[in-house]
Amino acid sequence: MSTFIPRPGAAALPRQVLAQARMEARLMLRNGEQLLLAVVIPVIVLVGGVTAGEHLSLSLDTSRPLVDTFTPGVIALAVMSTSFTSLAIATGFERRYGVIKRLGSSPLPRSGLLAGKVLALLIVQLLQIVVIGGVAQLLGWTPEPGVLGVGLAIVFGTAAFASLGLFVAGVLRAEATLAAANLIYLLLLAGGGIVLPLSAYGAAGDVVRWLPSGALGEAMRVGFIDGGVAWRDLGVLLIWAVIGSVLTARTFKWE
Amino acid sequence: MPAPVDPSDLAVSVDGLVMRYADKVAVDRLSLTVVRGTITAVLGPNGAGKTTTLETCEGYRRPQQGAVRVLGLDPVRERRDLLPRIGVMLQGGGAWSGVRAMEMLDHIARLHAHPLDTAMLSDRLGLGDCGRTPYRRLSGGQQQRLALAMAIVGRPEIVFVDEPTAGMDPQARRTTWELLDELRADGVTVVLTTHYMDEAERLADQIHIIDRGSLIASGSPLELTRGGTHATIRLVVTRPFPPGSPELLSTTLGPETQVTQLDDVSLVITGPADASTLAKVSAWCEANGVLPESLTLGQRNLEDVFLQLTGRGLAP
Repeated sequence: MSTFIPRPGAAALPRQVLAQARMEARLMLRNGEQLLLAVVIPVIVLVGGVTAGEHLSLSLDTSRPLVDTFTPGVIALAVMSTSFTSLAIATGFERRYGVIKRLGSSPLPRSGLLAGKVLALLIVQLLQIVVIGGVAQLLGWTPEPGVLGVGLAIVFGTAAFASLGLFVAGVLRAEATLAAANLIYLLLLAGGGIVLPLSAYGAAGDVVRWLPSGALGEAMRVGFIDGGVAWRDLGVLLIWAVIGSVLTARTFKWE
Repeated sequence: MPAPVDPSDLAVSVDGLVMRYADKVAVDRLSLTVVRGTITAVLGPNGAGKTTTLETCEGYRRPQQGAVRVLGLDPVRERRDLLPRIGVMLQGGGAWSGVRAMEMLDHIARLHAHPLDTAMLSDRLGLGDCGRTPYRRLSGGQQQRLALAMAIVGRPEIVFVDEPTAGMDPQARRTTWELLDELRADGVTVVLTTHYMDEAERLADQIHIIDRGSLIASGSPLELTRGGTHATIRLVVTRPFPPGSPELLSTTLGPETQVTQLDDVSLVITGPADASTLAKVSAWCEANGVLPESLTLGQRNLEDVFLQLTGRGLAP
Protein backbone atom coordinates (compact mmCIF):
# COMPACT_ATOMS: atom_id res chain seq x y z
CA MET A 1 0.00 0.00 0.00
CA SER A 2 1.37 3.36 -0.95
CA THR A 3 1.10 5.78 1.91
CA PHE A 4 3.53 8.59 1.33
CA ILE A 5 2.56 9.68 -2.19
CA PRO A 6 2.98 13.45 -2.16
CA ARG A 7 -0.16 15.50 -1.70
CA PRO A 8 1.10 18.78 -0.35
CA GLY A 9 -1.00 21.74 0.64
CA ALA A 10 -1.53 24.24 3.39
CA ALA A 11 -4.68 24.15 5.50
CA ALA A 12 -6.92 27.21 5.16
CA LEU A 13 -5.34 30.08 7.10
CA PRO A 14 -8.19 30.49 9.64
CA ARG A 15 -7.91 26.79 10.48
CA GLN A 16 -4.17 27.13 10.97
CA VAL A 17 -4.59 30.17 13.21
CA LEU A 18 -7.24 28.40 15.26
CA ALA A 19 -5.03 25.31 15.64
CA GLN A 20 -2.13 27.49 16.76
CA ALA A 21 -4.31 29.42 19.23
CA ARG A 22 -5.73 26.22 20.74
CA MET A 23 -2.28 24.74 21.10
CA GLU A 24 -0.80 27.83 22.75
CA ALA A 25 -3.75 28.33 25.09
CA ARG A 26 -3.56 24.69 26.18
CA LEU A 27 0.15 24.88 26.85
CA MET A 28 -0.31 28.13 28.79
CA LEU A 29 -3.02 26.62 30.98
CA ARG A 30 -1.04 23.42 31.50
CA ASN A 31 2.01 25.21 32.83
CA GLY A 32 1.82 25.52 36.61
CA GLU A 33 3.82 28.72 36.96
CA GLN A 34 1.83 30.40 34.22
CA LEU A 35 -1.42 29.38 35.90
CA LEU A 36 -0.16 30.81 39.18
CA LEU A 37 0.49 34.09 37.45
CA ALA A 38 -2.73 34.03 35.45
CA VAL A 39 -5.29 33.10 38.10
CA VAL A 40 -3.92 32.38 41.57
CA ILE A 41 -2.10 35.68 42.17
CA PRO A 42 -4.95 37.89 40.89
CA VAL A 43 -7.49 36.00 43.03
CA ILE A 44 -5.24 36.35 46.11
CA VAL A 45 -4.82 40.05 45.40
CA LEU A 46 -8.59 40.41 45.01
CA VAL A 47 -9.64 38.47 48.11
CA GLY A 48 -6.77 39.80 50.23
CA GLY A 49 -7.29 43.38 49.10
CA VAL A 50 -11.02 43.42 49.64
CA THR A 51 -11.04 41.65 53.05
CA ALA A 52 -8.08 43.62 54.40
CA GLY A 53 -9.56 46.86 53.07
CA GLU A 54 -12.92 46.22 54.71
CA HIS A 55 -11.20 45.25 57.95
CA LEU A 56 -9.28 48.52 57.94
CA SER A 57 -12.40 50.40 56.83
CA LEU A 58 -10.35 51.51 53.86
CA SER A 59 -12.23 53.33 51.22
CA LEU A 60 -11.03 54.30 47.77
CA ASP A 61 -14.28 55.79 46.70
CA THR A 62 -16.82 56.56 49.39
CA SER A 63 -19.81 56.18 47.12
CA ARG A 64 -19.47 52.44 46.42
CA PRO A 65 -18.21 49.20 47.99
CA LEU A 66 -14.50 48.49 47.86
CA VAL A 67 -14.94 45.37 45.73
CA ASP A 68 -16.47 47.44 42.92
CA THR A 69 -13.32 49.57 42.63
CA PHE A 70 -10.95 46.73 43.24
CA THR A 71 -12.20 44.06 40.82
CA PRO A 72 -11.66 45.96 37.54
CA GLY A 73 -8.07 46.61 38.63
CA VAL A 74 -7.52 42.92 39.34
CA ILE A 75 -8.94 42.03 35.92
CA ALA A 76 -6.53 44.55 34.41
CA LEU A 77 -3.73 42.83 36.36
CA ALA A 78 -4.79 39.48 34.90
CA VAL A 79 -4.72 40.89 31.36
CA MET A 80 -1.24 42.29 31.99
CA SER A 81 0.08 39.04 33.47
CA THR A 82 -1.06 37.03 30.46
CA SER A 83 -0.32 39.34 27.59
CA PHE A 84 2.98 40.59 28.97
CA THR A 85 4.61 38.18 31.41
CA SER A 86 3.26 34.83 30.17
CA LEU A 87 3.68 35.74 26.51
CA ALA A 88 7.24 37.00 26.99
CA ILE A 89 8.33 33.90 28.91
CA ALA A 90 6.63 31.48 26.52
CA THR A 91 8.06 33.21 23.46
CA GLY A 92 11.54 33.38 24.99
CA PHE A 93 11.56 29.63 25.47
CA GLU A 94 10.01 29.01 22.04
CA ARG A 95 13.01 30.77 20.53
CA ARG A 96 15.37 28.77 22.72
CA TYR A 97 13.80 25.40 21.86
CA GLY A 98 13.61 26.09 18.14
CA VAL A 99 9.79 25.98 18.11
CA ILE A 100 9.55 29.21 16.17
CA LYS A 101 12.18 27.99 13.72
CA ARG A 102 10.27 24.72 13.27
CA LEU A 103 6.98 26.52 12.67
CA GLY A 104 8.86 28.77 10.24
CA SER A 105 9.15 25.85 7.83
CA SER A 106 5.50 24.84 8.27
CA PRO A 107 2.71 26.34 6.17
CA LEU A 108 1.82 28.71 9.06
CA PRO A 109 2.96 32.23 8.06
CA ARG A 110 4.44 34.67 10.60
CA SER A 111 1.24 36.70 10.55
CA GLY A 112 -0.72 33.53 11.32
CA LEU A 113 1.59 32.69 14.19
CA LEU A 114 1.13 36.19 15.61
CA ALA A 115 -2.65 35.98 15.17
CA GLY A 116 -2.66 32.58 16.86
CA LYS A 117 -0.74 33.98 19.80
CA VAL A 118 -3.10 36.94 20.21
CA LEU A 119 -6.14 34.66 19.97
CA ALA A 120 -4.64 32.35 22.61
CA LEU A 121 -4.12 35.36 24.90
CA LEU A 122 -7.74 36.42 24.46
CA ILE A 123 -8.99 32.88 25.20
CA VAL A 124 -6.93 32.67 28.39
CA GLN A 125 -7.99 36.19 29.44
CA LEU A 126 -11.65 35.29 28.97
CA LEU A 127 -11.18 32.35 31.34
CA GLN A 128 -9.36 34.61 33.81
CA ILE A 129 -12.21 37.13 33.76
CA VAL A 130 -14.76 34.35 34.35
CA VAL A 131 -12.84 33.07 37.39
CA ILE A 132 -11.98 36.49 38.86
CA GLY A 133 -15.47 37.82 38.16
CA GLY A 134 -16.99 34.76 39.85
CA VAL A 135 -14.89 35.21 42.98
CA ALA A 136 -15.65 38.95 43.00
CA GLN A 137 -19.40 38.29 42.86
CA LEU A 138 -19.05 36.08 45.94
CA LEU A 139 -17.49 39.14 47.57
CA GLY A 140 -20.49 41.25 46.57
CA TRP A 141 -19.33 42.73 43.26
CA THR A 142 -22.16 44.39 41.34
CA PRO A 143 -20.64 45.61 38.08
CA GLU A 144 -22.37 47.80 35.53
CA PRO A 145 -20.00 47.20 32.64
CA GLY A 146 -20.04 49.04 29.38
CA VAL A 147 -19.27 46.48 26.70
CA LEU A 148 -17.43 48.96 24.49
CA GLY A 149 -15.28 50.40 27.27
CA VAL A 150 -14.31 47.02 28.71
CA GLY A 151 -13.84 45.42 25.30
CA LEU A 152 -11.57 48.19 24.06
CA ALA A 153 -9.61 48.15 27.32
CA ILE A 154 -8.93 44.42 26.88
CA VAL A 155 -8.01 44.73 23.18
CA PHE A 156 -5.82 47.83 23.54
CA GLY A 157 -4.26 46.55 26.77
CA THR A 158 -3.45 43.21 25.12
CA ALA A 159 -1.96 44.97 22.09
CA ALA A 160 0.24 47.24 24.25
CA PHE A 161 1.47 44.58 26.64
CA ALA A 162 1.87 41.83 24.03
CA SER A 163 4.02 44.04 21.81
CA LEU A 164 6.18 44.98 24.82
CA GLY A 165 6.35 41.32 25.91
CA LEU A 166 7.51 40.24 22.44
CA PHE A 167 10.12 43.01 22.51
CA VAL A 168 11.57 41.69 25.79
CA ALA A 169 11.47 38.08 24.52
CA GLY A 170 13.17 39.10 21.29
CA VAL A 171 16.16 40.90 22.75
CA LEU A 172 16.93 38.84 25.87
CA ARG A 173 17.88 35.22 26.35
CA ALA A 174 15.16 32.91 27.68
CA GLU A 175 16.32 32.98 31.33
CA ALA A 176 16.81 36.75 31.30
CA THR A 177 13.34 37.14 29.79
CA LEU A 178 11.90 35.02 32.60
CA ALA A 179 13.54 37.22 35.22
CA ALA A 180 12.80 40.56 33.54
CA ALA A 181 9.16 39.76 32.74
CA ASN A 182 8.47 38.72 36.33
CA LEU A 183 10.30 41.70 37.79
CA ILE A 184 8.48 44.21 35.60
CA TYR A 185 5.18 42.51 36.49
CA LEU A 186 5.90 42.86 40.23
CA LEU A 187 7.00 46.49 39.93
CA LEU A 188 3.89 47.43 37.95
CA LEU A 189 1.69 45.47 40.36
CA ALA A 190 3.16 47.38 43.28
CA GLY A 191 3.45 50.85 41.82
CA GLY A 192 2.03 50.89 38.30
CA GLY A 193 -1.49 52.08 39.00
CA ILE A 194 -3.04 48.88 37.79
CA VAL A 195 -4.92 47.49 40.80
CA LEU A 196 -5.36 50.68 42.83
CA PRO A 197 -6.93 53.74 41.22
CA LEU A 198 -4.70 56.69 40.42
CA SER A 199 -6.28 58.68 43.23
CA ALA A 200 -4.47 56.37 45.66
CA TYR A 201 -1.11 57.56 44.32
CA GLY A 202 -1.53 61.24 45.17
CA ALA A 203 0.60 63.53 43.06
CA ALA A 204 2.44 60.56 41.51
CA GLY A 205 -0.83 59.60 39.84
CA ASP A 206 -0.13 62.12 37.06
CA VAL A 207 2.97 60.15 36.10
CA VAL A 208 1.55 56.68 36.70
CA ARG A 209 -1.36 57.22 34.32
CA TRP A 210 1.10 57.41 31.41
CA LEU A 211 2.36 53.92 32.17
CA PRO A 212 0.66 51.14 30.21
CA SER A 213 -0.37 49.58 33.54
CA GLY A 214 -1.93 52.81 34.85
CA ALA A 215 -3.74 53.41 31.56
CA LEU A 216 -5.09 49.83 31.44
CA GLY A 217 -6.21 50.00 35.08
CA GLU A 218 -8.05 53.28 34.52
CA ALA A 219 -9.62 52.16 31.24
CA MET A 220 -10.87 48.99 32.94
CA ARG A 221 -12.26 50.89 35.93
CA VAL A 222 -14.05 53.42 33.75
CA GLY A 223 -15.48 50.58 31.64
CA PHE A 224 -16.69 48.51 34.58
CA ILE A 225 -17.74 51.19 37.09
CA ASP A 226 -19.31 53.86 34.94
CA GLY A 227 -19.93 51.85 31.81
CA GLY A 228 -17.93 54.51 29.98
CA VAL A 229 -15.07 54.57 27.52
CA ALA A 230 -11.75 56.02 28.76
CA TRP A 231 -10.57 57.47 25.45
CA ARG A 232 -7.55 59.22 26.89
CA ASP A 233 -6.26 56.05 28.60
CA LEU A 234 -7.00 53.99 25.51
CA GLY A 235 -4.93 56.52 23.57
CA VAL A 236 -2.03 55.97 25.99
CA LEU A 237 -2.31 52.20 25.47
CA LEU A 238 -2.32 52.72 21.71
CA ILE A 239 0.88 54.78 21.93
CA TRP A 240 2.53 52.00 23.95
CA ALA A 241 1.32 49.44 21.40
CA VAL A 242 2.94 51.46 18.61
CA ILE A 243 6.18 51.85 20.58
CA GLY A 244 6.23 48.13 21.41
CA SER A 245 5.49 47.11 17.82
CA VAL A 246 8.20 49.33 16.36
CA LEU A 247 10.77 48.08 18.89
CA THR A 248 9.76 44.48 18.26
CA ALA A 249 9.80 44.81 14.50
CA ARG A 250 13.31 46.28 14.65
CA THR A 251 14.86 43.83 17.08
CA PHE A 252 12.94 40.55 17.11
CA LYS A 253 14.72 37.48 15.81
CA TRP A 254 12.55 34.46 15.15
CA GLU A 255 15.37 32.05 15.94
CA MET B 1 30.37 12.35 -17.96
CA PRO B 2 26.81 11.66 -16.75
CA ALA B 3 23.92 12.27 -19.12
CA PRO B 4 22.51 15.81 -18.91
CA VAL B 5 19.42 16.10 -16.76
CA ASP B 6 16.25 17.79 -17.91
CA PRO B 7 15.90 20.89 -15.67
CA SER B 8 12.29 19.98 -14.90
CA ASP B 9 13.55 16.75 -13.32
CA LEU B 10 15.56 18.70 -10.81
CA ALA B 11 14.15 18.97 -7.32
CA VAL B 12 17.00 21.12 -6.11
CA SER B 13 19.64 23.13 -7.88
CA VAL B 14 22.36 25.01 -6.05
CA ASP B 15 24.53 27.16 -8.27
CA GLY B 16 27.66 28.91 -7.08
CA LEU B 17 26.41 29.32 -3.52
CA VAL B 18 28.60 31.35 -1.17
CA MET B 19 27.76 31.81 2.51
CA ARG B 20 29.97 33.56 5.06
CA TYR B 21 29.64 34.00 8.81
CA ALA B 22 31.68 36.92 10.13
CA ASP B 23 35.04 36.17 8.51
CA LYS B 24 34.54 32.42 8.09
CA VAL B 25 33.46 31.03 4.73
CA ALA B 26 30.90 28.30 5.45
CA VAL B 27 29.96 27.53 1.84
CA ASP B 28 32.36 28.32 -0.98
CA ARG B 29 31.01 28.42 -4.56
CA LEU B 30 29.04 25.24 -4.09
CA SER B 31 27.07 23.84 -7.01
CA LEU B 32 25.03 20.67 -6.88
CA THR B 33 21.74 19.23 -8.06
CA VAL B 34 19.19 16.77 -6.74
CA VAL B 35 17.14 14.75 -9.20
CA ARG B 36 13.44 14.25 -8.38
CA GLY B 37 12.50 10.97 -6.79
CA THR B 38 15.98 10.14 -5.53
CA ILE B 39 17.60 9.94 -2.16
CA THR B 40 20.55 12.30 -2.30
CA ALA B 41 23.08 12.44 0.48
CA VAL B 42 25.25 15.42 1.26
CA LEU B 43 28.19 13.83 3.00
CA GLY B 44 30.94 15.61 4.83
CA PRO B 45 32.58 16.11 8.21
CA ASN B 46 31.15 18.42 10.86
CA GLY B 47 31.53 22.04 9.84
CA ALA B 48 31.71 21.23 6.13
CA GLY B 49 28.74 23.52 5.37
CA LYS B 50 26.05 20.85 5.09
CA THR B 51 23.51 22.44 7.43
CA THR B 52 24.07 25.92 6.00
CA THR B 53 23.44 24.57 2.50
CA LEU B 54 20.30 22.77 3.63
CA GLU B 55 18.96 25.81 5.48
CA THR B 56 19.46 27.90 2.36
CA CYS B 57 17.34 25.40 0.41
CA GLU B 58 14.71 25.58 3.15
CA GLY B 59 14.55 29.36 2.86
CA TYR B 60 15.95 30.09 6.31
CA ARG B 61 18.97 31.85 4.83
CA ARG B 62 19.32 34.11 1.83
CA PRO B 63 22.18 33.17 -0.52
CA GLN B 64 24.95 35.77 -0.26
CA GLN B 65 26.11 34.81 -3.73
CA GLY B 66 24.81 32.32 -6.24
CA ALA B 67 21.32 30.92 -6.68
CA VAL B 68 19.25 28.20 -5.09
CA ARG B 69 16.06 26.72 -6.58
CA VAL B 70 13.83 24.13 -4.95
CA LEU B 71 11.06 22.66 -7.13
CA GLY B 72 11.84 25.53 -9.48
CA LEU B 73 11.07 28.15 -6.81
CA ASP B 74 13.24 30.68 -5.01
CA PRO B 75 13.15 29.50 -1.37
CA VAL B 76 13.24 33.07 0.00
CA ARG B 77 11.16 35.08 -2.45
CA GLU B 78 8.62 32.33 -3.12
CA ARG B 79 8.70 30.90 0.39
CA ARG B 80 4.94 30.83 0.93
CA ASP B 81 4.39 28.80 -2.24
CA LEU B 82 7.26 26.48 -1.47
CA LEU B 83 6.74 25.74 2.23
CA PRO B 84 3.65 23.52 1.98
CA ARG B 85 5.48 21.40 -0.61
CA ILE B 86 8.60 20.68 1.43
CA GLY B 87 9.20 18.87 4.70
CA VAL B 88 11.98 19.88 7.04
CA MET B 89 13.67 17.91 9.78
CA LEU B 90 15.89 20.19 11.82
CA GLN B 91 18.91 19.11 13.78
CA GLY B 92 17.45 18.98 17.28
CA GLY B 93 14.69 20.94 19.01
CA GLY B 94 11.58 22.22 17.31
CA ALA B 95 8.93 21.43 19.93
CA TRP B 96 7.62 23.01 23.14
CA SER B 97 9.15 21.37 26.19
CA GLY B 98 5.76 20.59 27.76
CA VAL B 99 3.96 19.38 24.64
CA ARG B 100 3.09 15.69 24.35
CA ALA B 101 4.64 13.84 21.41
CA MET B 102 1.36 13.07 19.63
CA GLU B 103 -0.07 16.49 20.42
CA MET B 104 2.88 18.06 18.62
CA LEU B 105 2.56 15.77 15.61
CA ASP B 106 -1.20 16.38 15.41
CA HIS B 107 -0.60 20.10 15.59
CA ILE B 108 1.78 20.11 12.62
CA ALA B 109 -0.67 17.85 10.75
CA ARG B 110 -3.48 20.41 11.26
CA LEU B 111 -1.46 23.08 9.47
CA HIS B 112 -1.60 20.98 6.29
CA ALA B 113 -4.48 20.31 3.91
CA HIS B 114 -4.03 16.56 3.37
CA PRO B 115 -1.88 15.25 6.23
CA LEU B 116 -0.95 11.64 6.78
CA ASP B 117 -2.77 9.68 9.45
CA THR B 118 -0.75 10.58 12.53
CA ALA B 119 -1.58 7.35 14.37
CA MET B 120 -0.22 5.31 11.45
CA LEU B 121 2.85 7.49 11.26
CA SER B 122 3.69 7.31 14.96
CA ASP B 123 3.20 3.56 14.80
CA ARG B 124 5.55 3.28 11.85
CA LEU B 125 8.21 5.23 13.69
CA GLY B 126 7.77 3.37 16.94
CA LEU B 127 6.41 6.41 18.76
CA GLY B 128 3.24 4.64 19.91
CA ASP B 129 4.52 4.07 23.44
CA CYS B 130 5.53 7.67 24.10
CA GLY B 131 2.57 9.49 22.51
CA ARG B 132 1.55 11.08 25.82
CA THR B 133 5.09 11.75 27.02
CA PRO B 134 6.09 15.42 27.26
CA TYR B 135 8.71 16.35 24.70
CA ARG B 136 11.38 17.15 27.29
CA ARG B 137 11.16 13.59 28.63
CA LEU B 138 11.58 11.86 25.25
CA SER B 139 14.95 10.22 24.59
CA GLY B 140 17.20 11.76 21.96
CA GLY B 141 16.25 9.04 19.49
CA GLN B 142 12.53 9.53 20.13
CA GLN B 143 12.89 13.27 19.59
CA GLN B 144 14.67 12.55 16.30
CA ARG B 145 11.90 10.21 15.15
CA LEU B 146 9.23 12.73 16.12
CA ALA B 147 11.12 15.39 14.14
CA LEU B 148 11.14 13.07 11.12
CA ALA B 149 7.41 12.42 11.54
CA MET B 150 6.77 16.18 11.64
CA ALA B 151 8.80 16.59 8.45
CA ILE B 152 6.73 14.13 6.42
CA VAL B 153 3.24 14.42 7.95
CA GLY B 154 2.20 17.11 5.45
CA ARG B 155 2.85 14.76 2.49
CA PRO B 156 5.60 16.88 0.95
CA GLU B 157 7.17 16.42 -2.49
CA ILE B 158 10.62 16.79 -1.04
CA VAL B 159 12.00 16.33 2.47
CA PHE B 160 15.21 17.80 3.84
CA VAL B 161 16.55 15.77 6.73
CA ASP B 162 19.54 17.03 8.65
CA GLU B 163 21.55 14.22 10.29
CA PRO B 164 18.42 12.06 10.63
CA THR B 165 19.93 9.22 12.63
CA ALA B 166 22.35 11.10 14.87
CA GLY B 167 21.91 9.73 18.39
CA MET B 168 19.71 6.81 17.35
CA ASP B 169 20.24 3.21 18.42
CA PRO B 170 20.83 0.66 15.61
CA GLN B 171 17.21 -0.52 15.65
CA ALA B 172 15.85 3.01 15.26
CA ARG B 173 18.39 3.72 12.52
CA ARG B 174 17.14 0.75 10.52
CA THR B 175 13.51 1.82 11.00
CA THR B 176 14.42 5.29 9.80
CA TRP B 177 16.30 3.99 6.78
CA GLU B 178 13.36 1.77 5.81
CA LEU B 179 11.01 4.72 6.06
CA LEU B 180 13.25 6.88 3.87
CA ASP B 181 13.39 4.03 1.32
CA GLU B 182 9.61 3.88 1.33
CA LEU B 183 9.31 7.63 0.84
CA ARG B 184 11.47 7.33 -2.26
CA ALA B 185 9.42 4.41 -3.53
CA ASP B 186 6.31 6.60 -3.27
CA GLY B 187 7.96 9.36 -5.27
CA VAL B 188 9.18 11.66 -2.50
CA THR B 189 12.58 13.26 -3.07
CA VAL B 190 14.82 12.92 -0.02
CA VAL B 191 17.81 15.17 0.65
CA LEU B 192 19.79 14.16 3.69
CA THR B 193 22.96 15.33 5.31
CA THR B 194 25.11 12.88 7.16
CA HIS B 195 28.61 12.27 8.31
CA TYR B 196 27.98 8.52 8.48
CA MET B 197 29.38 6.95 5.34
CA ASP B 198 27.44 3.71 5.93
CA GLU B 199 24.22 5.72 5.93
CA ALA B 200 25.10 7.39 2.64
CA GLU B 201 26.23 4.11 1.06
CA ARG B 202 23.14 2.25 2.24
CA LEU B 203 20.52 4.85 1.27
CA ALA B 204 21.65 7.23 -1.39
CA ASP B 205 21.22 7.11 -5.14
CA GLN B 206 23.50 10.07 -5.41
CA ILE B 207 26.14 11.36 -3.02
CA HIS B 208 27.68 14.81 -2.94
CA ILE B 209 30.80 14.92 -0.80
CA ILE B 210 31.52 18.37 0.53
CA ASP B 211 34.44 19.60 2.55
CA ARG B 212 35.16 23.12 3.80
CA GLY B 213 32.14 24.40 1.92
CA SER B 214 33.11 23.03 -1.47
CA LEU B 215 31.93 20.08 -3.49
CA ILE B 216 34.81 17.64 -3.86
CA ALA B 217 33.09 14.66 -5.47
CA SER B 218 29.68 13.55 -6.76
CA GLY B 219 28.33 10.25 -7.93
CA SER B 220 26.48 7.10 -7.01
CA PRO B 221 28.01 5.08 -4.15
CA LEU B 222 29.31 2.64 -6.74
CA GLU B 223 30.84 5.31 -8.95
CA LEU B 224 32.56 6.88 -5.99
CA THR B 225 34.00 3.72 -4.51
CA ARG B 226 34.88 2.02 -7.79
CA GLY B 227 38.56 2.68 -7.71
CA GLY B 228 39.36 0.66 -10.85
CA THR B 229 42.77 -0.82 -10.23
CA HIS B 230 43.13 1.23 -7.07
CA ALA B 231 42.86 -0.12 -3.56
CA THR B 232 43.59 0.88 -0.06
CA ILE B 233 46.31 -0.48 2.15
CA ARG B 234 46.11 0.23 5.85
CA LEU B 235 49.29 -0.04 7.86
CA VAL B 236 49.21 -0.02 11.64
CA VAL B 237 52.50 -0.29 13.55
CA THR B 238 53.43 -1.09 17.14
CA ARG B 239 55.39 2.07 17.89
CA PRO B 240 55.02 5.60 16.52
CA PHE B 241 56.45 6.14 13.06
CA PRO B 242 59.79 7.95 12.82
CA PRO B 243 59.38 11.56 11.63
CA GLY B 244 59.00 11.99 7.90
CA SER B 245 57.79 8.43 7.35
CA PRO B 246 54.89 9.22 5.00
CA GLU B 247 57.20 11.17 2.70
CA LEU B 248 59.85 8.44 2.74
CA LEU B 249 57.32 5.73 2.08
CA SER B 250 55.75 7.76 -0.68
CA THR B 251 59.11 8.14 -2.39
CA THR B 252 59.70 4.40 -2.09
CA LEU B 253 56.32 3.53 -3.60
CA GLY B 254 56.46 5.94 -6.50
CA PRO B 255 54.18 8.70 -7.84
CA GLU B 256 51.14 6.46 -8.41
CA THR B 257 50.46 6.08 -4.72
CA GLN B 258 49.32 8.46 -2.07
CA VAL B 259 50.29 8.09 1.57
CA THR B 260 48.22 9.68 4.32
CA GLN B 261 49.17 9.46 7.97
CA LEU B 262 46.12 9.04 10.21
CA ASP B 263 47.81 9.18 13.60
CA ASP B 264 51.11 8.22 15.30
CA VAL B 265 50.79 4.55 14.49
CA SER B 266 48.62 4.23 11.40
CA LEU B 267 48.59 5.36 7.83
CA VAL B 268 46.68 4.68 4.64
CA ILE B 269 48.17 4.09 1.24
CA THR B 270 46.00 4.40 -1.86
CA GLY B 271 47.38 3.24 -5.12
CA PRO B 272 47.72 0.23 -7.43
CA ALA B 273 46.27 -2.87 -5.84
CA ASP B 274 49.03 -5.33 -6.47
CA ALA B 275 51.37 -7.64 -4.60
CA SER B 276 54.34 -5.52 -5.50
CA THR B 277 52.99 -2.53 -3.55
CA LEU B 278 52.44 -4.74 -0.51
CA ALA B 279 55.92 -6.15 -0.83
CA LYS B 280 57.41 -2.67 -1.06
CA VAL B 281 55.57 -1.60 2.09
CA SER B 282 56.88 -4.67 3.96
CA ALA B 283 60.38 -4.00 2.76
CA TRP B 284 60.15 -0.36 3.79
CA CYS B 285 59.04 -1.41 7.28
CA GLU B 286 61.97 -3.75 7.63
CA ALA B 287 64.48 -1.18 6.35
CA ASN B 288 63.20 1.46 8.77
CA GLY B 289 62.93 -0.71 11.86
CA VAL B 290 59.15 -0.43 11.96
CA LEU B 291 57.16 -3.43 13.17
CA PRO B 292 53.75 -3.76 11.50
CA GLU B 293 50.89 -4.72 13.79
CA SER B 294 48.56 -5.11 10.84
CA LEU B 295 48.82 -4.61 7.12
CA THR B 296 45.52 -4.90 5.27
CA LEU B 297 44.48 -4.55 1.67
CA GLY B 298 40.88 -3.60 1.06
CA GLN B 299 38.33 -2.31 -1.40
CA ARG B 300 37.75 1.41 -1.20
CA ASN B 301 34.81 2.66 0.77
CA LEU B 302 33.51 6.21 1.03
CA GLU B 303 35.78 6.86 3.98
CA ASP B 304 38.79 6.09 1.78
CA VAL B 305 37.42 8.26 -1.00
CA PHE B 306 37.07 11.11 1.41
CA LEU B 307 40.51 10.48 2.82
CA GLN B 308 42.07 10.44 -0.59
CA LEU B 309 40.36 13.65 -1.61
CA THR B 310 41.07 15.63 1.53
CA GLY B 311 43.91 13.90 3.35
CA ARG B 312 41.69 13.78 6.43
CA GLY B 313 39.28 11.33 8.02
CA LEU B 314 35.53 11.74 7.75
CA ALA B 315 34.73 10.89 11.36
CA PRO B 316 33.85 13.92 13.47
